[in-house]
Parts: sequence; structure tokens; C-alpha cells
Amino acid sequence: MAATEEQPAARTTGDAVVAHDLTRRYGEGETAVDALRGVSLSVRSGELVAVMGPSGSGKSTLMHSLAGLDKPTSGTVEIAGTEITGLSDAMLTRLRREHIGFVFQFFNLLPMLTAEENVVLPLSIAGEKPDTTWLDELLGRTGIAKRRTHRPSELSGGEQQRVAISRALVTKPTILFADEPTGNLDSKTGGEILDLIRSSVDAYGQTIVMVTHEARAAVIADRILFIADGLIVKELAQASTEDVLTVMSSLTS
Amino acid sequence: MTRVALKGLLGRKLRAFLTGLAIVLGVAMISGTYVLTDTIKSAFGTVFTTVYAKTDAVISGKNALGNSNNNNGLPPSFPASLLPKVEKLPAVAAASGGISDLAHLVGRDGKVISGHGAPGLAFSVHPHGDQRFNPLTLTAGTWPVGPHQLDIDANTASKNHYAVGDTIGVIARGPVQQYTIAGIVKIGGVSSLGGATMAIFDFPTAQKIFHKEGLLDGIDVAAKPGIKPAELVKEIKPLLPPTAQVRTAKAEAEQATKDTNGFLSIFNDFLLAFAGVALFVGVFVIANTLSITVTQRTRELATLRTLGAYKRQVQASVLMEAGVIGALASVSGLFIGLGLAKGLNALFVHLGIDLPQAGTVFATRTIVVSLAVGIIVTLLSALWPAFRATRVPPVSAVREGAVLQPLLSGQAVTSVALATIAGAVALMLVGLFVNALSTTQRLLAVGVGAAAIFLGVALLAKILVPPLAGVLGWPATKIGGAAGALARGNAMRNPSRTAAAAAALMIGLALVTLVSVLASGLKTTFEGAVNKVFTADYALTATDNFSPFTATPATALKKVPGVAVVSGVRAGEGKAFGSRIGVTGVSGDIDKVVTVNWQAGSQATPGQLGANGAFTSKDYAKKHHLSLGSPIAVETPTGKTMHLVIKGIFAPPKGGSPYGDVTISTQRFDREYQNPQDIYAFVDIAGGVTAANTAKLTNALKPFPDAKIATESQFKKNQEQGINTLLNLLFILLSLSIIISLFGIVNTLVLTVYERTREIGMLRAVGMTRRQVRSMIRHESIVTALIGAALGIPVGIVLAVMVGRAIKYPAFTVPWVTILVFVIAAIVAGLVAAILPARRAGRLNVLEALQYE
Repeated sequence: MAATEEQPAARTTGDAVVAHDLTRRYGEGETAVDALRGVSLSVRSGELVAVMGPSGSGKSTLMHSLAGLDKPTSGTVEIAGTEITGLSDAMLTRLRREHIGFVFQFFNLLPMLTAEENVVLPLSIAGEKPDTTWLDELLGRTGIAKRRTHRPSELSGGEQQRVAISRALVTKPTILFADEPTGNLDSKTGGEILDLIRSSVDAYGQTIVMVTHEARAAVIADRILFIADGLIVKELAQASTEDVLTVMSSLTS
Repeated sequence: MTRVALKGLLGRKLRAFLTGLAIVLGVAMISGTYVLTDTIKSAFGTVFTTVYAKTDAVISGKNALGNSNNNNGLPPSFPASLLPKVEKLPAVAAASGGISDLAHLVGRDGKVISGHGAPGLAFSVHPHGDQRFNPLTLTAGTWPVGPHQLDIDANTASKNHYAVGDTIGVIARGPVQQYTIAGIVKIGGVSSLGGATMAIFDFPTAQKIFHKEGLLDGIDVAAKPGIKPAELVKEIKPLLPPTAQVRTAKAEAEQATKDTNGFLSIFNDFLLAFAGVALFVGVFVIANTLSITVTQRTRELATLRTLGAYKRQVQASVLMEAGVIGALASVSGLFIGLGLAKGLNALFVHLGIDLPQAGTVFATRTIVVSLAVGIIVTLLSALWPAFRATRVPPVSAVREGAVLQPLLSGQAVTSVALATIAGAVALMLVGLFVNALSTTQRLLAVGVGAAAIFLGVALLAKILVPPLAGVLGWPATKIGGAAGALARGNAMRNPSRTAAAAAALMIGLALVTLVSVLASGLKTTFEGAVNKVFTADYALTATDNFSPFTATPATALKKVPGVAVVSGVRAGEGKAFGSRIGVTGVSGDIDKVVTVNWQAGSQATPGQLGANGAFTSKDYAKKHHLSLGSPIAVETPTGKTMHLVIKGIFAPPKGGSPYGDVTISTQRFDREYQNPQDIYAFVDIAGGVTAANTAKLTNALKPFPDAKIATESQFKKNQEQGINTLLNLLFILLSLSIIISLFGIVNTLVLTVYERTREIGMLRAVGMTRRQVRSMIRHESIVTALIGAALGIPVGIVLAVMVGRAIKYPAFTVPWVTILVFVIAAIVAGLVAAILPARRAGRLNVLEALQYE
């Protein structure tokens, strides 16, 4: 395992994710819904990108397509240089193992495993042993070093999300997808989680794509993509809460 | 991943327990059966070896027809003159002749001391002679001497509180005689042989009692030192009369062991078949439970996929979970089976059927088979759920309410189900009606066919559930109001789940319906036959309704004032056209008490048989092309051949013939058979059936406690007792699979309640009472059980028709009352199954339930 300072060069230069002209249509005929109508984007290594949009805008579909959870109707997605839209299930699984991390709105921890077991689960699944130095460092940074042996039911929501973030970071993925990571947390805890997400970018150079509908979450991003009716309609860099709210209200009005 | 599977299992202990229960019960039955039969086999083996410990060769009576499996099948005796010839042989060191026969002990109440189906054995001893051959050992008193003494076995003595010096009755060839107990004995080191009572007399007394003066039933021979048993046998062989045979003691013990083992193997296979049924039902229960679990774990499984788990890893984790459940359940079942065997043994002892005491045999085979079957069955059940688990898409980790897409459309399911049923029926028909196949092949075809029918109907059930639940749930909407209506809706909303739970119950109910319909047909036709045949006032039968008995009680009844006719039917075995047949003997007055239809000849025919006449049944005549005047040669157990002429052919009523395949005159019968016995006799008395006549006849039978009289309706009832006992035994054995299916319903409901937590919380929040929640669950359970009944009972009836046709069953009657009882039982079963889930649902905290996700 590479230590913090020894991030592979590829991560700091070039693009972690590239999407080209993505469309996604659900259903057929008259009831068909176009969730994505031609989205292109690229995410640089070490960049934190937020995807914002009102409900039904297509932001979740975009993330699912980027992460290989859903197959776009047309268009291409490249992760770490690999075109993923045509991959078999087994190859996609391998790609997830090596290059993708997930953080979910509802944490999705396994209730029967302890915090630490949950964190190292991606390694266990791959049949690998965790690097203890790295693990200690990670758990220290995410603030759950003292909660290692607790089960999810014994943890607060914030702690659970910290475990989930540690789980996503433990494999040092090329790209981490976060789906409404603060959606199920109160604002104070949510703020702490956002700090943690930001710090993982700053400390580890982690590339992150975060889907959110909260302005205060979006502002931690290096770049914010606004999506409405299946299209990217606006892009802001290092925006303030006011800027974000202004764009959002223009989208929903 | 292993850890995920194992820890997941730990987190769902109740579910795992309920899932494994089916395997525990099925495996317990397998292991219990093996332990029980192995233990009995080993005990008998020990006894037989001990009995012949000091004997080198055994001469015994030889049934010319081969080994008998009939009650009346004591081998013939042979002339006692053989003994001195054997003693003179140079190889013989010592030889001892003896008598063995059957006799009942009669207790202080004047009734036969019951061996609960085990026979009353009688032996002779030589009180003053060489005791080296004597298999008996005295535990008290002395050997019996003279015509007034006997010894009895220790088991009978202790059970009935007899001691040395007491008087006990014996019924053998004539009326009861009283003897003084001189001693108490054990045989082969054990106090009882499966509950058989034993009466031991000195040699001359035994010969006299059994009318065997000048005859012997066995000779034990010891060889001179240095002579091998095989050489001894070779020397004895040329001396033997046709009714005797000689074997080495080892071969004799092996033969005796083989005979008991033969029976035990059938018993063993019979019980194992029911264990198989239970496990088959278990497959449905486990598959359904695991399948529901997979559905409920959709998010968890999808999360594993997003974290990089391959499909096969997810599949393996479900299989591993099942494997662990299967292993734990099988081990538990194995040991519970051990306890079960001990419990059954205790039950037998309680019933008076003491099996020879010996250490419990826990064979490696028992362990291997029990564990292997349990684990394999669980894994097989998990194959489908494990496959479904691989269909969980990773995106389900983020998408609320993602549903697993069904693999087949409704139409496809219907086609597959109908094809399965058609194939199954075809297979069963082949098994039932193609005579060219061996018995094993036919049983296999019928068994696999039946299993496939159940599978097909279970598949079809998914389609049938919505309409069935609609109809069967209608009462629920009337009785349960809103709760009932919701219950009906809930039963319909996941048809495959309801179908699987109901299908498990269907199997048990179909099988009990099958046996009930067959038994009912048997009883109806039997009653019809008795109504036609029975034209007497009373019947005379053995106390146990089936054993043959000597002619002496009939003779005693003849002396009762007012009795016009007492006519018995002698029964024995013979061999004609190369196969074994039942031979009966009648006298001329049988026409007054038994009526049959004559195809050739008349009611007068039995009186005109003479020494060489015989009559036969229509079917037997047809099979062997017999007509009036045809000659027929019948070999008797002593090896003689009777050359007979057919003088009549009768058409027995459906449901039972009063006579065997060939019937001769009583007079000829008594000349050919060593110990002629009646299977039943019929009595006509002036005034017919009255209380006074019954009392008179019963009184005349006092000295014959092994016989009793019965009116026509009593006779029917008595004869049906056997069917009823068998039916009850089958019900008990099948109830195991019904219990397993109930656990399936419990399991489904518990999981459903768990899944609908939020919904139940919502219902409670909008004003549903706890009582209504419980009622809703109960109604759903009853609807599920009723669907099981609605599927199972028709399938059972169809199976009964098919099987009935195959075995040329005389009649087909549907026992509507019994079936109504089954339906009510299904409702009760549904109520019972709902207890735990309803309580859980009722206890849900509204607020927590609403926040549950």
C-alpha cells in the first residue's frame, strides 16, 4: 500500500472520469422518460465535483451511469482510462474493486459487522489484508479510531457515515462517488461530514463526485455542475452559498 | 465474505432456527430409524449367537414350501426316530431333541397375557439331562418336571407379578389348563424376545400338550472334538426325512438373524420413506424462507456488489449460510434421533414390547447418512434463492424499493408448471401400469412422479393464489372486517411467497388425503363383502381378530343348547402352479352360514367336496385356466402333494373373499395339515342375535380365552381395526411433514411482519388496534393454510384414483367427513401458525415502526 505522500502520478494529472454525450431513457413509447439528454463531463484527478439539481433533474441517473451502476442508453464513460459501458458484470465488478468507492445517503453498513469490519469489507471481499498503518491513519482521520469494535446500531448517524467514508477510502479508489452523503443527517453532523469529505481531497488527493441538493454541501466542491431536465445547464467553480442558491432558484422557478 | 455470511447468520438466529427446524426433524427421523433398527438387529444377533453357543449343528423341521412368512407358518415336525440315529453317528458327541410351538399364557383374570403382537412361544427342556444345549437360564426356581409344571420368562413374570409356586393358565391345543410355576427363565441372556411370552415344559409334557408324541421340532447336536460343524452337517444330511433340515449352528443363527433383519429392513425403509417426505416438504420451507431473506437483504447484497463482490461471491455467501444451517440442523437432528430411538424403545417397553436389551448401536453409517442427507437437502433448497441473489443489481444499493425482476413471465410459469405436471403424471402412469419394470423401478417412478406433481402444482400455485385467496379469503372479509380484507389482500400480494408456504402444507395434506381415500375404499368394500357373505348369527375369531386358532372352541360351542350350526374355515398354505397359495378347508354346513356367488357349482358344493374335491375363486380359475373337472395338484408344507379336482368356482365379493385360492374339505385338510387351525368359524343359533344367546356363547368360550364371538357388525369393526391402526400410524408419520409445513407458514409470516413493519406502524397510526393487527395476521395465515388444503386435497384424491386403478382397487370412495376434518384442521393449523407472528406484529411500537427503514 502506498503511503499518503506517494499517490500515483496518474491521480494528480489527467482525468479520473470522462463521460461523453450520455443519454438515458427509461421506458418505451409514449411513456418514455429521458432522464439524461446528452451529458458530457470530465473529472480531473484530485478534484471534488458536486452535481446539483432539483428532484428529477437526472443527477442520480448521471451518478449511476458514471459509476457503472446503470447502463446509459447511449454515450460513453471512461473510468481510469477504461471504457465501462460495454463491460461484462464480472469486469465491472473488478473495476469497482480497483477504482471505485461509494458513500451512500443511508450509509449501507452491514449491521452484523463491527465498524472496523465494515471499513475493511472491500478488502475482505477482494481477499486482501488491510495495511494496518494505513488503516490506523485513516480511522484516525475519519475520527472513528475509538469506535472500531462497535456495531452500526451502537453508532450515531454521523459516526455511521464516517465508517462509510472510511470504507470508501480504504481501497484508495480512483474515484469516489458520494450520493447525498449528508441527506440523512442533521445540519451540525452534516457539516462535520462535509469537512471530512473535503479533507480527504486535500490530504489524500482523493477524486470525488458528490451528488447533492444542498447548497452548503455543494460549496465545498472545487467545481459545481448544475443539472436540470437531463442536461448540464451551468457550471460554477469555488462558489459561495449565495451563488449556488441563486442558480438553484433560477432552475426551479 | 465468509465472515459476512456467518455473522449475518448469527444476526438472524430465530430465522435460522426456524429454517433449520425442517432439517432437524427430517434428519432426526433418519437417525432415529437407523439407531432403532440397528440396535434391535444387533440385540437379536447377540441373542441368536448366545442361544447356539454350545451347539455345532441344528436339525429343524422343514417347510416344503420354503420359509414361511405366515402366522400359521410353524414348520412341520419330524419323527423322533431321527434322534437315536443321529446319536449313533461317529462324529456326534451329544444330541438333544426338543419341541417348540406356540401357546398363550392365561392370566389370573382368565384372559390371554398379551405379547402385543409378539407370539406366545413354547419350548421343551430336559430337566434331568445334559443342559449344554439349553438356551435358557434359570433366574429363580427349577426346571419344570412332570405334567403339572412349567417355567415362564422373567419379563412376563415381573410384568404380571408371578413367582415360583404360583399357578398360571396355558392355552395350547385345547381348553385352558393350569400349571404350577416351577421356575423363571431368561433366553439367550435376555428377559424377553420382543415381548413374546414363553411357556417351558419338560419334554414329555410338551409332546403331549402339542399332540406331538413321537415327533420332534428340533435336535441340537454337538460334534466330537476336532470335527468341524460342516463335516457334522454332511454326516447328518443322509439321515434326514423329507420334513427335516440340518444347518451348522452358525448358519442357523445367521438365518434367524436374517429373518428378523428382513422384517426390520422393511420397517426401516418404511420409516425412511416418511423421513424423505418430511425432508421434501422441508425443501419448500427452506427455499421459501431463504428466498424471502434474499429479497429482504436486497440492499445489503447490492451494497456488497458495489464494494466489489462478484455475483458468485454473493451466491456463495447464500449457499454458505444454508450450508451452516444445514450442518448445525443435521447435527442436532442426528442426536435428537438418538434420543428419539431411545424414546421409541421406552414407548415399546411401556406397551409391553420389550426389545432385547443391548447397547444402543450408533453406527458410522447413521452419522454419515444423516449429516450428508441433511446438508445436501439444505444446499439443494438454497440453490434457487442463491441464484436469485445473483440477480440483485448493484444499483439496488442506492435505489429505494428496487424489486427483483421475476425470471419468468406468468405465462411461462404456467407452461412450465403444466409441462411438469404432465410429465409427472406420465411418469407415475408408467410406474403404476407398466408391468415389465421391476418393483424398485416402479416405486422409483411413482415416487419421483409424485414429487414432480407436487413441484408442478407448487409452481402453478403462484398463478392460482390470487383467485384462490380471493375465494378462500372471502369469509375473512366477513368475519374480520377491515383486518380480514387486508389479510386477503396481503395473501394475494406476493403470490409466489404465499404459494410456497401453502405448497409445503399441500404435500402433507395430499398424502393424508391419499391414504384416507384408499383406506375408506378398503373399508367400504370390506363391509360390502361382509354384508354379502356373512349370513350367520355370530362369528368366532381369535381374541386378536386375526390369529388362527384350534378347532376346540368351535367344538365347545356346538354343545351350547340352541346352536344349530358351527362351521369353521380352516386355513393353511400350499403350493400350486409353482407359487404359494392360501388353502382353506370347509365342511358341508358352511353353506348355512357363509354365502358366495357361484359361477360353477352351487351353495351345496362345499358339502360335496369329499376327499379329492376342491373349489376355487373366479380369478384363480381364470389365471390357471381351471374349469369344472380340472385337476389341480397342491403341495402341503410337509412336502406331500394333494391331487384334487375342481368341483366349483365362486365369485368372491369385492373387498374380500372368505376363502383362500383353493378350498378343500375339512376332513381332507385335517388329514394333511399337522396342526389344523380355523381362521374363523360361524355360528347359527335359535333365536339369532340376542343378549341371552351372546351370554350363553361367551360363557361356553370361557375355557378358550384365545377365542371370542362377534356379531356381524362387531366382526366388521374388529376386522377394520387393523386398517384403522395402520391408518393412524400413517397419519402420525405424515403429521411430521405437516408440522414442518406449519413452521414454513410461521416463518413466512414472521418475515412478512418484519418486512411490513413500517406499513403496520402506519396502520396502527391511522387507528388500527393491536387486536385488529393480530387478527389481520391470523386471517392471512388461515387463508394460506386453506390454499394449502384447496391444493392438497384434490391432488390427494387424484393420486388415490391413480394408485387405486393401478392396484386394481375394488372401490373408490371419498371420505367426505374425514376431508372436512382436514379442512378444519388446516384452519386450526393456520391459527396455530399465526400465534407467534401475530404477537410480534401486535407488539410493534407505532413510532419506532414508522421510523423503521
